Amino acid sequence: MATFKLTINGRRREVTVDPSTPLLWVLREDLKMTGTKFGCGISACGACTVHVDGVATRSCIVPISHVGERPIVTIEGVGQDPVGRAVQNAWVDTDVVQCGYCQSGQIMAAVALLKSTPKPTDQNIDESMGGNICRCGTYPRIRQAIKDAAMQIANGGTR
Amino acid sequence: MIRTGKDQALNRRGFLRVSFAATGGLFVSLYLDPRSVEGALAQEGNQAAPPAKVYPPDAFVNIRPDGKIVIEVNRLEFGQGVQTALPMLLADEMDADWSNVIANLAPAADVYKDPLFGIQMVGGSGSIAHSFKQYRELGAKTRAMLVAAAADRWKTTPDQCRTEASVVYGPGGQKATYAELAAEAARKPAPSTVSLKTADQLRLVGKKVKRLDSRAKCDGTLKFGLDLDLPGMKVAVVARPPVFGGRVKSFDDKDARSIEGVRDVFEIPLAKGTGVAIVADKFWPAKQARSRLKIAWDVTGVEPADSAELWTKYRQLGQTPGNVAASNGDATALDKIASANRFVAEYEFPFLAHSPMEPLNTTVRFDGDRAEVWAGSQFQTFDQIAVAQVLGLKPEQVTFHTEMAGGGFGRRAVTDSHVQREAATIAKRLRGTPVKLVWSREDDVQGGYYRPMHFHRVEVGVGADGLPAAWRHVVVGQSLLAGTPFEAMLVKNGVDETAVEGAADTHYKIPNFHVSVHHPKVNVPVLWWRSVGHTHTAFVMETMIDELARRARMDPIAYRRKLLKPEAKKLLSTLDLLDRASAGWRNRLPRGHAVGISCHESFGTGVACAVDVSIENKRPRIHRATIAVDCGLAVNPLTIESQFQAGVGFGLTQLMAKGAITLKNGVVEQRNFDGYVPPYIVDAPVAVDVHIVPSTEAPTGCGEPPVPVISPAVVNALSQLTGKQYRTLPLVSV
Repeated sequence: MATFKLTINGRRREVTVDPSTPLLWVLREDLKMTGTKFGCGISACGACTVHVDGVATRSCIVPISHVGERPIVTIEGVGQDPVGRAVQNAWVDTDVVQCGYCQSGQIMAAVALLKSTPKPTDQNIDESMGGNICRCGTYPRIRQAIKDAAMQIANGGTR
Repeated sequence: MIRTGKDQALNRRGFLRVSFAATGGLFVSLYLDPRSVEGALAQEGNQAAPPAKVYPPDAFVNIRPDGKIVIEVNRLEFGQGVQTALPMLLADEMDADWSNVIANLAPAADVYKDPLFGIQMVGGSGSIAHSFKQYRELGAKTRAMLVAAAADRWKTTPDQCRTEASVVYGPGGQKATYAELAAEAARKPAPSTVSLKTADQLRLVGKKVKRLDSRAKCDGTLKFGLDLDLPGMKVAVVARPPVFGGRVKSFDDKDARSIEGVRDVFEIPLAKGTGVAIVADKFWPAKQARSRLKIAWDVTGVEPADSAELWTKYRQLGQTPGNVAASNGDATALDKIASANRFVAEYEFPFLAHSPMEPLNTTVRFDGDRAEVWAGSQFQTFDQIAVAQVLGLKPEQVTFHTEMAGGGFGRRAVTDSHVQREAATIAKRLRGTPVKLVWSREDDVQGGYYRPMHFHRVEVGVGADGLPAAWRHVVVGQSLLAGTPFEAMLVKNGVDETAVEGAADTHYKIPNFHVSVHHPKVNVPVLWWRSVGHTHTAFVMETMIDELARRARMDPIAYRRKLLKPEAKKLLSTLDLLDRASAGWRNRLPRGHAVGISCHESFGTGVACAVDVSIENKRPRIHRATIAVDCGLAVNPLTIESQFQAGVGFGLTQLMAKGAITLKNGVVEQRNFDGYVPPYIVDAPVAVDVHIVPSTEAPTGCGEPPVPVISPAVVNALSQLTGKQYRTLPLVSV
């Protein structure tokens, strides 16, 4: 057991856990932030995607001891950011979700994409979203919502 | 799973009544659907229809003082959208203000059982089809009670009042909100009959209404079953045998127990064999401890299923006729056709895992004389009874909460309730402490309950007109229903209907048509996978028909139209709509692209599909799909569009290069999403446009019908690009 100081969604948090514990399980079980989902545990599905220092990261394979000082943003906090808010709104407006279980990870991946590539092509979307599984298969609407969010951000209109 | 399509013969129209027998077993009986029973009873003559069930509105609608209207949903929501569509039906008739409607997933209770099936469940694409009238009547009754209360208050008659957006308006300009009237309305008797709105009076039904659960699923606040957190809760994982049915010989838990947070390690019975449960404060220590357990397994007397051996056996079986599923015309007609005009096609379909995104889980707390369960269940009735049995309780002593589930596709509809039994067994030992059993992804991929392997052998003779003149078809695959409570109803004369549905009852008029089936017994648990038998039968039928069209040098849409029976109205209407809706892009296809066509009816819904496919990186790239659907009245066209846009992506699972579960010496060879790889965004159609045939007929389901059409459509396009036939899945190479 060891104590770790974390910055999550702009807030300082402290946890005492086994250093091998993946960030995912610290979020879900120690900090009760269950918006970040467990899907596979081997970084193959993307359901656990969070931002670590702005980079879309699979939290299921990052031991808490490797996080260090880097700030973490999760689905619970991404809406504080204009791009995050625009993506969440586009998801709701496009009625993207079905079961919804993978969508936290999809949204986190989409926000990271739009921050680096404000006008993504279909190929950019394939590449950046290419590691996130949606078993319901909502991919066509995910693609549409990313394009809608990009347009909304470009027009400066984030609610 | 259980089919209720219009095409079903009346003698197969039935539903189950399940009750808890004093002996502790399930008591299942078959009834006929009272709505289709007229005229059939005389010839059927076995059982009378049960008395009509009464649904008290107060079990479904709660009008809160703040104006919010809480509507109970008698189904699991796991993506299909009933949590929005069923409240729409009720709210529309009630004239409720939609912006104040809250949907709640109902717990297990008699009143929430499927009106047709008689158990509380989601399956067979029946949620809207079966509860359409029920929810509308509930809304109309609630409205009538509110109006009666208002009329009393204003000393007038109900016919002088009108309603809109949760307000009753009186003749003299009076108005009262539903919230204000709720207490008085609750004292009014529910009318026994109500008249429902006419089509032009509907305000929600038929409109594109957005999901009620979107925002909470986009900001991380929605709680799925796996997200449940209760005071003092523990987390359990189970080490299961490497071969289905294996048993623990001995185990050493010293290393496992050395992990901080591990509370208990003990052997438990499983649905097949035994395993070792680990209970810990949290998931991570539980999983770590499991990897440190040393277990000696006893697999003596357990058949080690092996995919390669099974294929050999299945191919042999497929050369001989099985139990007769369809027999129309001359059985020897095929042999009389010149061999030049005959061809044989053999198909192989592997085991498939459902792999819903939310891993399987169930939480149970056992308090001695009571228990509480939290589960995303497609079969609440069975699962509640199972927990009660394990804990020595009556079902009514088990409070069963329906948790929002992250997908299911059939995996949460298990007649042996094995997940809930495991959870209850562990909770029994931890009396008073809630325990959440979690299946890891590895547990899920390796845990069985797969879509069964199937082998098909089709021999077809072609007439001078290019149409099939004789058809001999043998299906080989495990029965889904053998040994389940559904067996008596749906396995007849050695034929499990779910293995031949979509083939034996084809809508194509094929003379001298013979289908038979073998159901080998294999030591691999199997389960319905979204669209059940249609997952493989539609692939066979639609690739065969397409090949026949190509051989006849006929347009694939025109060929299908010509071959369909006139009574296949839904397929004919969808093909017409598909033809019109896709003509624009089909007629100006880029070089290297091809169009693939398919159509298939399942669960009473007709679907036609056209895809634009090219080959990129030796894989099919689906640039576009156009879908036409006839599902009767479209209750929520937005949900229907979504179900089809996305459901075709689910259907593509079986075309993935690594889209197969295989076994070697009894052991599943895949472990996780690296070995069993479902479609990613690049594998799905880039865009899908969905077109709904306008209809005022009774609504039919849309959960499963998207799945069967996509795989055959894609390989039909590939066949045109490469000249090859694709009859062995998964699609390892193009």
